[in-house]
This record gives sequence, structure tokens and C-alpha cells, in this order.
Amino acid sequence: MHKNTSNKIALGVLWGAAMITVAMFAIIILYIIVRGIGVISPAFIFTWPKGVNSEGGIWPTIVSTLYVTGLSMIITTPIAVLAAVYLAEYAKQGRIVTIIRYAADSLSSVPSIVMGLFGFAFFVETLGIPLSMLSASMALSLLMMPIIMRTTEEAIRAVPRYIRWGSYGLGATKWQTVSKVVLPWAMPRMITGLVLAMGRAVGETAVVFYTMGQAINLPVTPLDSGRSMPVHLYLLAVEGINMKAAYGTAFLLMVLIFAFNMIARWISKKYRKVD
Amino acid sequence: MEETNVTNKLHRTAYNEPLVDSPDEAAFFVRDLDFWYGDFNALTDISVDVKSHAITAFIGPSGCGKTTFLRCMNRMNDLIAGTRVEGTMLFDSADIYGPGVDPVDLRRRVGMIFQQPNPFPQSIYDNVAYGPRLQGIHNKSELDHIVESALKRANLWKEVSGNLGKSGLAISGGQQQRLCIARVLAVQPDVLLMDEPCSAIDPTSVQKIEDLMVEIKEQVTIVIVTHNMQQAARVSDYTSFFLQEVAGEPAVLVESGKTNGIFTSPVDKRTEDYITGRFG
Repeated sequence: MHKNTSNKIALGVLWGAAMITVAMFAIIILYIIVRGIGVISPAFIFTWPKGVNSEGGIWPTIVSTLYVTGLSMIITTPIAVLAAVYLAEYAKQGRIVTIIRYAADSLSSVPSIVMGLFGFAFFVETLGIPLSMLSASMALSLLMMPIIMRTTEEAIRAVPRYIRWGSYGLGATKWQTVSKVVLPWAMPRMITGLVLAMGRAVGETAVVFYTMGQAINLPVTPLDSGRSMPVHLYLLAVEGINMKAAYGTAFLLMVLIFAFNMIARWISKKYRKVD
Repeated sequence: MEETNVTNKLHRTAYNEPLVDSPDEAAFFVRDLDFWYGDFNALTDISVDVKSHAITAFIGPSGCGKTTFLRCMNRMNDLIAGTRVEGTMLFDSADIYGPGVDPVDLRRRVGMIFQQPNPFPQSIYDNVAYGPRLQGIHNKSELDHIVESALKRANLWKEVSGNLGKSGLAISGGQQQRLCIARVLAVQPDVLLMDEPCSAIDPTSVQKIEDLMVEIKEQVTIVIVTHNMQQAARVSDYTSFFLQEVAGEPAVLVESGKTNGIFTSPVDKRTEDYITGRFG
């Protein structure tokens, strides 16, 4: 009887905690959907903001967001992946590698506003690169590098030893083994990490706020400035300029990030079936 | 009968036929070999011949060093940090631990099959073509020919010939193991090292693997590590019995020689106890 009661209480508490988590998630999502979905129309997505109150659409901010995300992936991915391959496969495991890993983990927990400030001070003020897609991408890279490097490293480490042995046993060199067997095997997990990092970049506000500029502009070259969706959202809301457009932007941003997460899940699921 | 102090350097292996005098009379000519994992002396005083065009079985209880010794034969242990070999290990009369020997070249001639089937995440065709491609063979019809003949020799062709584009991971475990054998045969090795190849697969595939071993031994010298005494007795021409009697002490080669000698009239009491199932 007594045992039964305490069991029921424990179950209730755990259930309550789980429900609160789900409820918070649901309320936020619902709130944004309710406030934002009415704003969404082809015109909102594909036209420019007009006038002092930013009536009209948000097309340039969508383009700026995807531009800066794409450019930062192009900058970050090769460096992060090669660094991960080096750490996982080539570096002598020991103090230095531990320090590199620790540094990467710490780097990824630096508040993004600090990273934005550093990006501004270093890329814009010191190197003299204008407020632009390029500056913002490089500053974003600082944020994404450790994430991609660590997920890639974990993916490589998860490749079973006997798979590598199979390749060595056929007279393959280390590089042949890494490039033809280890990386393809690790690929689904690597891509999952990349897509999650992209989702992070799409939603990142502080870093691009400092380094991309705020002009509403359709970027063409990497040296063009622009305004990303999160920054647009922030400026609209903080000044109370146009709350409807702010919610519309928030909704689209969430859809975008949700899409990235779904793609990541889809990729890891699709390939897991094969193993 | 020698007593059981295996640290005694006077330990001697029993042979039911004498060791050869000249390295060119055996594929592998091993004398007084010791092996270390770091400070741990895992194998000591191993002297054995592995004869060409025959099947040699390494038997012994778990942890007796038979797999370690197998992995010395194509320098697979080089991949583990802190390992060290002392003594003589000649393959084709050349010291495989000598200066200037490239383990990558050695492993091309001394292929290996592992306990766990390990196809690559590629098609059946690409798995078998992997080794030839490493050697620079890219001609389509030549590769087709190599893939077909390797799969045939591995007793797998009939089951997969219509489906070469299928993932190597999507076939059964026993088929995967035969795919791995085909993959090794495709690089035309002189020797095939098999590390408990049948312990993780279905009986039908075991039968097919034993058949193919006997079929190909004329062309490829085979060494198989097995826990299965019946398997050793069925397929092998020569048998070596490894034993680590005391944990933490090095393992030794207790007895070695012709398989039917070992199984019908073992010289050492420990061999007899092991093959009759008294321990292990």
C-alpha cells in the first residue's frame, strides 16, 4: 500500500515534468504559428519590405540568411572535416589532442554575442573587411567550426575497427583506407552534424548583427552587406515597427530550422537501416 | 613429459615432423619469435613452419595468442601502438620485419579474413573491385572478369550474380563473409590468413567456406585460426596448438605438425587434454 503510493507519486512527478517540457515547446510553437501564419503569403516571401514600417515582404532577408549560411558552410566544412580527420586518424593521441578537443568544446560554448564582438573587432576593424556576407560568414565559422569538427570526429571514431582492418588487409594505405572506407562509412553521421550546424547558423542573430550590417539589401558578391532574418526580426520587434511582419519572419525562420532538423533526421534514419 | 613452467626458456615445442632446415621449404619460416604488447610478453619462443599450398590450423583456448600470432604474419599488429616483435619471421625467405619492408605491400600478398564479416558500405561489385582498383586496375572488362572469378572461387557467385549492385551490407552474414573472402582473393594473394572466419555465421555458409578453402589451397596458402576442433581436423593439413597456461605469462606453442598426427597421437599431454575437450 505504502509502496504503491510512493510509486504513484513518483510516476506523477515524472509525468508532470515531462508534460511541462512538452507544454512549453507546444505553447511557443503554437504562439508563433497563430501569430505568424496569417502573414505568410507568396508576396510576403518574395517581395521587398517597403516604407518606414517595413510593409510588404522579407525576400532580401531570406536571401541574405541563406547566402551567409551557405558561405559559412563553404568556409567551415573543409577545414573542420580535415581537422577532424587529422584528430581522429592521424594525430598522436595524447596531451595535445586532448587540449585541442577541450579548446573546441570551450569554443562552442562561448556566448555568440562575444563571438560577434570578436568577429567585428577582428574581421571588420582589424582586417578591414566591410560589414558583409564574408565577414559574417567568417564570424559564423568560428561558431560552427567546433560543432562540425567534433561531430565529424565522433562519426569517424564510431567506424568499427574491423572495417578499417578489412581495408588494410587488402594492402590499402592509411589515406586510401580513410578516404575510401572510413569517410564513406562515417558520412551519414557527418552529414547529420553538418545539417544541424546549418540550422544553428540560420538562426544565429548576435554574430551576424555585428558583422553583416543591417541594410536591407539583396547580396550578390560576398562583400555585399545585408540583413538576415533573425536580425530583421529583432529590429522589427525591438522598435515595435511592424509586429505582424516580425511574427511572419519568426514563423518562416522556425519552418527553415525545422526543415533542417527533419533533413538531418531523415539522413541518419535512411542510412541506419543499411548497417 | 615436460612440466608446466612456461616461463622457462627451455620450453620446447613438440613436433610430429621435424622443422625444415631452409627457409625456402616453407611459406613462413618462424624461429624463436617473441611478441610484446607494451611490457606484456604475449608470445614466446614460437618456432614453426607454415607450408605452402596447404591449410594450417592454429588452435587453442581463448587468449592463447593464436590470433596475435596470425596478425604478426601480415604485420597487422603494427596498427596497435606499442607492439613489438623479436625473432625470425620469414615469408617467401624474406624477413617481413626487415628494414625497407612496406607492410602495405606485404598485406597485398598476405590477405586476411576477420571473425566479424566486414564488407565496406558499397555494392557487392565495388567491394570485390576495391583491392584491384587500389592497384590501379580500372579497365571495366578486366574488373568484371576479376570480380566474377573471385566471387566464383568464394562460392558466392551463384547467389549474387544477378545482384552485383546490391549493398554488401544487405546480404546475410555468411554471404558477407564469403564476399570478404572474394574481396581478398581478387587481389591474388599468396597467403590467406583467416581469423575465426566461421564463428559468426550460419552452418550452410560454414560448409561453403570449408569447401572453398580446400578448393583454393592449391593456389593459396591458408592459415586458419579456429576454436572449432572438428573444423581444424576436417579441413587442415597441419595444426599448431597454442597455450597460455598462466594468466599474465606469455603463451607458447605446445605442439605443431601434421594434423592427423596431432589429433590421433598427440605427443604432449596438454595437447591431448585440449583436443579431447578436457579444458578450453
